[in-house]
Amino acid sequence: MQSAILPEDRADILYHSYDGGGVEINGPSILVRKKIGNSLSVSGNYYVDSITSASIDVVATASPYSEERNETGLSMDYLHDNVTLSSAFSYSKENDFTAKTLHLGVSQEIFGGMTTVSLGYSRGWDEVGLRGDPTFSKDVDRQNYRLSVSQVLSKNMLMEAAMEAITDEGYLNNPYRRVRYLTAPLTFAYQNEVYPNTRTSTALTLRTKYYLPYHAALHGEYRYFQDTWGIKAHTFEVGYTHPFKKHWIIDLKVRGYSQNKADFYNDLFPFINAQNFLARDKELSTFSNLTLGVGVSYEFAQDGWYFIDKGTLNFSINHIRFNYDDFRNVTAGGTPGTEPLYKFNANVMQLFLSVWY
Amino acid sequence: MDKLAIFTMAGIFLLLSGCNKIEPWVKPYERDHLADPIMSFTRDPVSSSYLHHVFQARESARGAEGGQGGGCGCN
Repeated sequence: MQSAILPEDRADILYHSYDGGGVEINGPSILVRKKIGNSLSVSGNYYVDSITSASIDVVATASPYSEERNETGLSMDYLHDNVTLSSAFSYSKENDFTAKTLHLGVSQEIFGGMTTVSLGYSRGWDEVGLRGDPTFSKDVDRQNYRLSVSQVLSKNMLMEAAMEAITDEGYLNNPYRRVRYLTAPLTFAYQNEVYPNTRTSTALTLRTKYYLPYHAALHGEYRYFQDTWGIKAHTFEVGYTHPFKKHWIIDLKVRGYSQNKADFYNDLFPFINAQNFLARDKELSTFSNLTLGVGVSYEFAQDGWYFIDKGTLNFSINHIRFNYDDFRNVTAGGTPGTEPLYKFNANVMQLFLSVWY
Repeated sequence: MDKLAIFTMAGIFLLLSGCNKIEPWVKPYERDHLADPIMSFTRDPVSSSYLHHVFQARESARGAEGGQGGGCGCN
């Protein structure tokens, strides 16, 4: 029995917008997927981030900037019996950073389609540059190992366990970011960050989806994360999907995230070169965030229209509140080390059109 | 690389164990609920990969997000 299937033929055009913490990012994303024959499916993706940043890091130690990131991706999935082989390549470029990623994967349905086991490997080659210094060029090599098992538990319930190990090697700093250190009890200065050259992380996720008898779905997800920089993080998400009036679907979700700081993070070091590794990147501090999301989808042409089988028009908004426990807002002034803790809110909007053909 | 070894062996074991005959307890004709698009973990891949990117760029945690992944392409 062959039950494994290739992804559906569909095209999506999405406009995204992020606004929070002095940073605005928006742009389009286009994803087109098409089968060739019965066993091959190919897809192409084009994605743009147009960034205007006056974030707290930039305001404190540099000048606001604008830049653009473009990402292009191609992927192929080949189905043979119950096995799907996949490969993908993506290329991302901004004026001071390029990333190339190659992905290979294999996925097999077993136990009569009750279980799907997937293995994946990615290799990434990044090049870090520095605006205003054409001679600055550093490399980062990345490797990702993935294993996931999805399981049909009952007529109404699915479960998936996923594990991913990632290793990075190379220049892992952000070349623009600085740490601050005390020069006297009431004054401080900045010096460059110094990161280790390697980082290995492991993430383990359990997610489940449950079909409710009146045609709606619940989902729940938990992820545990840890890395060799001493960071541990927990992510949870619960969501509810509710179709109504034949054409509409509403999605609601709550997501929570918390992490502790990296071993070498400090908001204010006691003196210059206080230790061998130095970081004051707020993403490496102790913090948490909470996201509330709502999405609405309208399905049109449900009985087909010319060459399309159906289409959806979708809008979603996610509101995120970030609260930092040991990253202080230096722009507020005051005695070093006693400034108010930093916090900010962000709104993430997506508007997209999908068609199936 | 101990973790990698365990990871690979677990994968090989699971693939090989597919040779055994286990009767599926949810028959193919009982899967209409599971096949409903609202039961997909990633109903709209273009949207979920964008949201993963939003979080990955602002949090230290990364990986095991679901979908094909392939890296963030961000620093």
